[in-house]
Amino acid sequence: MSINVIETNGLGKRYGGTWALRECSLAIPAGHVAALVGPNGAGKTTLLNLAVGLASPSAGGVTVLGGRAPGSPAALDGIAFVAQDAPLYKNLSVADMIHLTRNLSRRFDQEYAETRLGELGIPLKRKSGRLSGGQQAQLALTLALARRPRLLMLDEPVAMLDPVARHDFMAIVLTAAVDDGVSVVLSSHVLTELERVADYLILLSRGRVQMAGEVDDLLASHRVLTGPALEADRYAERPVVHVRRAEAQAHLLVRATAADPVPPGFQAHPVGLEELALAYLREPGAAALPGPARGRHAEPSEVAK
Amino acid sequence: MTALTTPGRPEQDASPRPVPWRRMAWVTWRQHRFALGGVAALLGALAVWLWLIGLQAHHAYAAAADCHPASSSACGLLVGSFISHLSAAQNVAIVLQVVPALIGAFVGAPVLAREVETGTFRYAWTLGFGRWRWTLAKLVPLGVAVAAAAGLFSLLFSWYYQPFFVQTFSGNVQVPLYSTVFDLRGVAFAAWTLAAFAIGALVGMLIRRVVPALAATLVVYAGLAVAAGAYLREHYLTPLLVKNVNPPSSALIISQQWYAKGGQPASQAVLGQVLQQGAPQLGGGKGGIPQQDVTVNQWLIQHGYTLWTSYQPESRFWPFQWIEGGWLLALSVLLIAASAWLVSRRAA
Repeated sequence: MSINVIETNGLGKRYGGTWALRECSLAIPAGHVAALVGPNGAGKTTLLNLAVGLASPSAGGVTVLGGRAPGSPAALDGIAFVAQDAPLYKNLSVADMIHLTRNLSRRFDQEYAETRLGELGIPLKRKSGRLSGGQQAQLALTLALARRPRLLMLDEPVAMLDPVARHDFMAIVLTAAVDDGVSVVLSSHVLTELERVADYLILLSRGRVQMAGEVDDLLASHRVLTGPALEADRYAERPVVHVRRAEAQAHLLVRATAADPVPPGFQAHPVGLEELALAYLREPGAAALPGPARGRHAEPSEVAK
Repeated sequence: MTALTTPGRPEQDASPRPVPWRRMAWVTWRQHRFALGGVAALLGALAVWLWLIGLQAHHAYAAAADCHPASSSACGLLVGSFISHLSAAQNVAIVLQVVPALIGAFVGAPVLAREVETGTFRYAWTLGFGRWRWTLAKLVPLGVAVAAAAGLFSLLFSWYYQPFFVQTFSGNVQVPLYSTVFDLRGVAFAAWTLAAFAIGALVGMLIRRVVPALAATLVVYAGLAVAAGAYLREHYLTPLLVKNVNPPSSALIISQQWYAKGGQPASQAVLGQVLQQGAPQLGGGKGGIPQQDVTVNQWLIQHGYTLWTSYQPESRFWPFQWIEGGWLLALSVLLIAASAWLVSRRAA
């Protein structure tokens, strides 16, 4: 059962002379809601396109759903992909979008789709181009889930949504993940919703994987140390990821567990996911690839500061 | 409805049975029915118009052909009326040349270009139907549909133009192999329409934007059509050669050349000198070489010159139709295959 929904090995993609993604080695196990986080241009969309077969690698390899070739019928059969901005056929009605999706997929749960759209109050006769942004995103998600995928891939699904629509959207994703056991990989440059949703995090920066692992493991292996700013520079016992100074105080994000000793004059606090992600994004040179389940990484587990 | 609500079910089959082809039929129809409706409306309107002016042309032909005695002034009027229909028909034929180009640009070019331009390809290509299958399931039925519509239309055109081929009394004998009418009759019109559609589809996939693809399709199609009419068609079969006589007036003349006794081509200047020597007898023989003038030709032949004419006889109409239809069909298959290949390997 424990397959990797996405597994990459030295994966790279070059557009012209620019590497959109390089030396990406990761394995996202099934059964997670995995968040692919990074600033714009970090390679999130590229990685998802490679995994769904819309792009082919310039280097390395990628497999999905336990070794299947991306884009192959066997792979696409188990994957539902909602691309950025949820591209729908704007001139087709909602009912026609359902019909089209049902016709082109091996499985389709018509009843689920119609029930969900009914709950959302999305009229079947309306042209999908005339739905609101939130409704379009919900339609795309409904069509994706009605295909009964094993892996749901969402590229920046909430970027265009207002906070309420974002919350509703994520609630559906979570329901699918928890109730139906759908593995989810979603990319986002919005960090706020992730804490509630994601239990696996991949941090991409400048085309490289900076951090990857289960959220619980990542949080357990990082602490924030607060102490006098003057002492901060001398602190070198544990690898420091990021230093945030506030007047006389300094907040050090360090790689340390709760069991590690706290230096004198400092107080240790657990770290939140958003804070952790932000710290790493501010330090593109830092990398944390603990990877509890596997030992195949481009770089050894370490923090470079 | 195939409602399988157990996502965790074992389905490790690495190569599932593909989604049946027939499921694309609804999709293709639903997404392109307005384009097909546009083709039907365009050809339908042209057909009604062709039918109306065709009836008049047939009446005019019947009246002129049945008129006795042919030399009477009443008959002359009827022939004159028929000739005006003939000159109109020649213009109609020129106008109809643009029909395949329009179908290629407005039906063919958007099929793939719009998907790429609007980003919907990310949806269509990841549903699991298969990218090259999706492409073929769109392009083949649409291509067949527009070609069939064009084929029906060209039957009507053949009926419309038929009196102008059979008549002999107007003095303006129509050449079936002539480029402006050849590609509107037989199988050629359907084949050109199919080729225009296939060009549009591939150009759309290459350019990825609807409007530029549409313009490029018109240019590429026009280039191909002009090249075929001006250079390619006359070489489908080795031309026939005749010496010192004119070929039948319904033949397509490719070249005519005078040769001197030694076998070398005779220049205009040399021929002009020869003609000037005989100017008194020829009466009106100017510097040029009026080749239809029997006396001029006879004069040159008497002086040892030989006129070689290469031409394609009217009897080659159908062989030429099949050759043209054949290579255009092969080209269309190739272009559609290239489109499917591009779709199946294009990166997002």
